[in-house]
Amino acid sequence: MNIEKLIKMANDIADFFNAESDKEIAAEGVKKHILRSWDPRMRSEIIKYFQSKSNGDGLNSLALQAVRKLTEMI
Amino acid sequence: MAMNKDKDYGTPASESAQTVKLEIDGFDVTVPAGTSVMRAAASIGIDIPKLCATDSIDPFGSCRLCVVQIEGGRGMPASCTTPVAEGMKVVTQNDRLAQVRRGVMELYISDHPLDCLTCSANGDCELQDMAGAVGLREVRYNPMGENHLKAEKDASNPYFTFDPSKCIVCSRCVRACEETQGTFALTIDGRGFDSKVSPGQNEPFMSSECVSCGACVQACPTATLMETSVIDQGTPEHAVITTCAYCGVGCSFRAEMKGDKVVRMVPDKNGGANHGHSCVKGRFAFGYATHKDRITKPMIRKSIKDHWQEVSWEEAITYAASELKRIQAKYGKDSIGGITSSRCTNEETYLVQKLIRAGFGNNNVDTCARVCHSPTGYGLKQTFGESSGTQNFDSVMKADVMIVIGANPTDGHPVFGSLMKKRLRQGAKLIVVDPREIDLVRTPHVAADYHLKLRPSTNVALVNAIAHVVVTEGFVDEAFVSARCDVQSFNKWRTFIADPRHAPEAVETTTGVPAADVRAAARLYASAKNGAIYYGLGVTEHSQGSTTVIGIANLAMATGNLGREGVGVNPLRGQNNVQGSCDMGSFPHEYPGYRHVTDRTTRELFESNWGVKLQQEPGLRIPNMFDAAADGTFMGLYVEGEDIAQSDPDIQHVHHALKSMECVIVQDLFLNETAKFAHVFLPGSSFLEKSGTFTNAERRISPVRKVMAPLGGYEDWEITQMLANAMGYPMNYQHPSEIMDEIARLTPTFTGVSYQKIDEIGSVQWPCNEEAADGTPTMHVNEFMRDNGKGLFMLTEFVATQEKVTKMFPLILTTGRILSQYNVGAQTRRTDNNKWHAEDLLEIHPHDAEERGIKTHDWVGIKSRVGETVLRALVSERVQPGVVYTTFHFPESGANVITTDNSDWATNCPEYKVTAVQVSKVSQTSEWQRNYHDFSEQQLELLAKG
Repeated sequence: MNIEKLIKMANDIADFFNAESDKEIAAEGVKKHILRSWDPRMRSEIIKYFQSKSNGDGLNSLALQAVRKLTEMI
Repeated sequence: MAMNKDKDYGTPASESAQTVKLEIDGFDVTVPAGTSVMRAAASIGIDIPKLCATDSIDPFGSCRLCVVQIEGGRGMPASCTTPVAEGMKVVTQNDRLAQVRRGVMELYISDHPLDCLTCSANGDCELQDMAGAVGLREVRYNPMGENHLKAEKDASNPYFTFDPSKCIVCSRCVRACEETQGTFALTIDGRGFDSKVSPGQNEPFMSSECVSCGACVQACPTATLMETSVIDQGTPEHAVITTCAYCGVGCSFRAEMKGDKVVRMVPDKNGGANHGHSCVKGRFAFGYATHKDRITKPMIRKSIKDHWQEVSWEEAITYAASELKRIQAKYGKDSIGGITSSRCTNEETYLVQKLIRAGFGNNNVDTCARVCHSPTGYGLKQTFGESSGTQNFDSVMKADVMIVIGANPTDGHPVFGSLMKKRLRQGAKLIVVDPREIDLVRTPHVAADYHLKLRPSTNVALVNAIAHVVVTEGFVDEAFVSARCDVQSFNKWRTFIADPRHAPEAVETTTGVPAADVRAAARLYASAKNGAIYYGLGVTEHSQGSTTVIGIANLAMATGNLGREGVGVNPLRGQNNVQGSCDMGSFPHEYPGYRHVTDRTTRELFESNWGVKLQQEPGLRIPNMFDAAADGTFMGLYVEGEDIAQSDPDIQHVHHALKSMECVIVQDLFLNETAKFAHVFLPGSSFLEKSGTFTNAERRISPVRKVMAPLGGYEDWEITQMLANAMGYPMNYQHPSEIMDEIARLTPTFTGVSYQKIDEIGSVQWPCNEEAADGTPTMHVNEFMRDNGKGLFMLTEFVATQEKVTKMFPLILTTGRILSQYNVGAQTRRTDNNKWHAEDLLEIHPHDAEERGIKTHDWVGIKSRVGETVLRALVSERVQPGVVYTTFHFPESGANVITTDNSDWATNCPEYKVTAVQVSKVSQTSEWQRNYHDFSEQQLELLAKG
């Protein structure tokens, strides 16, 4: 899967949840949305990217926090 | 089978709750107050002769055939215009009345051609019937006197002919055009003997404002306005009630037949959605079903460079299944999937998702609602607890203020558009939120109170600004919110939306809409007794599509505009079965009834019924499938009824994905654009060739009834069933009713739905279950459908689209549709509807056109960041400076060569409505168009060789 697209998708989701002032709740919202709507291969790609040397480069801070949460679920 | 024509009661029904008792010809009759004497008589089987009256339009009292005598009254009043009164005694037949009626008929017939035996209305003519009813035996007037018998026919309209020599000037056509359609294209020109029906300013029908809805033809009591098909083929001999296969209004039609041939489609006056009205598509554009381009034999080929080979059904199905199994063996279980269309029936889409989940063993199923209303599904599910609109169409007749956002009902949903116009003519107020001047903004006897002409992509900012006014100016319906909504979420939202950054003044530079207009419009909506919001793809097809839907839901809850007639949140669905295909579990993350695949209880329910273990992870959405195909992990696709190679954005990427797959199976009527990339072609069946149901935008499940045998031999559900069996997953349905029975058994909102119920009551709106045995016209009456019954407010921050205008791409392209064409045009392009719209045009504002030296009809290149195409220009003030607009009905237009893969954050619905482009005058087609032309020609040759 094209990682650039996945990063953009994650960031777009995060932009919506960013309206929430409690960033912990917001990150949980992003994580849940990804879990409920992304095919497993998409999730594993973004996790793989996060775990690689990139450290999630390109993900905005909320998306990064959400992907970290996803990674912790493995 | 028979024609089973509906009785014409002469005048519309009264809705009064009060009743009146009277006596007609010695019989007691009790009817609602306000009923006409004519209708009251008809209700007890006494049919008073009539010509200018029909029950779809208000009485006019011009023909004088329906005269009656009323005890104690003077003269002979027209029964159509005389309302009943308590104790009234009416006589409908006596010698004096008979004499008057014969005299009237004699005058009519004296100026009417006596060619009944060769007339197209022979046997279906009210004038003929009335001549018999009044006992006309002679015409004493000089037949050589002045008359209209040589008046010239107008055959300019491809679907009906106007023969003024047969016109009795009853004005039924004129009134139908006004009252039913609301176009006011017809008038009576001249006076006395010179009176004649005149389209526009005495023009041919095709040059006038006529929109060819057929209301005038329907209303005409003679052969004056007659379907060309009836003139050519004669009158039909039986009729079958079925449902239109075009837009989300879901009109009910009588398919009037001769044997297995459709002679005409006549709108069904008992239709719950359309009440006897129609548009040019549903009424007339059904010829595609028997068009010569139909492919009726299964075909296969190894590569898209090979010619097609006609094979037996068994061979095609066996080959398709073996390829899918081969791909799964090579690339894994998740490497295949399927896509259905909103043009498929409920039963078909249910079966495809079942095949994929149970037969393919994955959740890679999606439907074309992905690219239109998936944000509606998400947004309304989150806030209200159910992925659907809240009202029925008739609810609009009780609305006092309507907001129409990003929808163009008179083009996209014409029959509902007419109903809206009727309500607006009665005095309801209108707020249009649209970058473009749609017809509703100013149309005869209708003018929007506010047209908030916002910049494309700024919906969220505008909806937030309206909500800001509601909250800060004291318009919140506190009682509704505290009783019906999640108060904690409301308080959070109230604080959020009251922030000055959402004020109309603060967002004026973003939206381009004057703050004063926003404030005034917000006050108008919020202070209405009944405020209703209608929206379309101009809301959903944005990167913040779901956010706008949520914002609209917030607005309706905050103002208490939910849970009764006249209010609500009403998504106008583009295609006939958008609602239904979503209901049927066509999204990769949801089972039928919008239950998530991770929900264990639901999954186990389906596992036990389907006899297989089901995957608990969401599958790929359509755009994800394309990306995965390009990536080499998604290699086989079954597409039923959808033309992704034309309709989806960034089409070059789609084509690349399709070329990357090892097996593409297309089930369709025609060799559509997607089929040009296919390896297996399975001939589909049109809506006339199969049984099933469609669910329209108001959740109305209506019957689709087979009126002719499938040209390819099988109904679509049978083909899916054969494929399932070949894949090793057994299916053995004998009729689609059995599929619906299974849906009802497994879906809580459908437990009361059955073909028997639909046959009994005509159609039914879900939820239909123990709590609502005959369905639910209005949703969320006592509580919302969320687990706790409370409506949820959500925060809707405006986030600017990433599709920015720059020096290189200074204009915004937005797309839409037109009345005469439908979606990718596969159906309407194969009809005479092309006479109204033969090509897609680029609308450009005079300022932008002048800057570029562009005039109407010039070829213009439209270049975006992803592609370039060429269209002819139409210089128009309908669009604002900085915005250009086109439709997408013709594949060679390549509208989706330009659109990008930017999409809604929640659902990946493409941002069709916002593409930054540059437009310039050119002299030849684009490189993509030349390549497309060559590829298309090559594929047609490969078809011909087969």
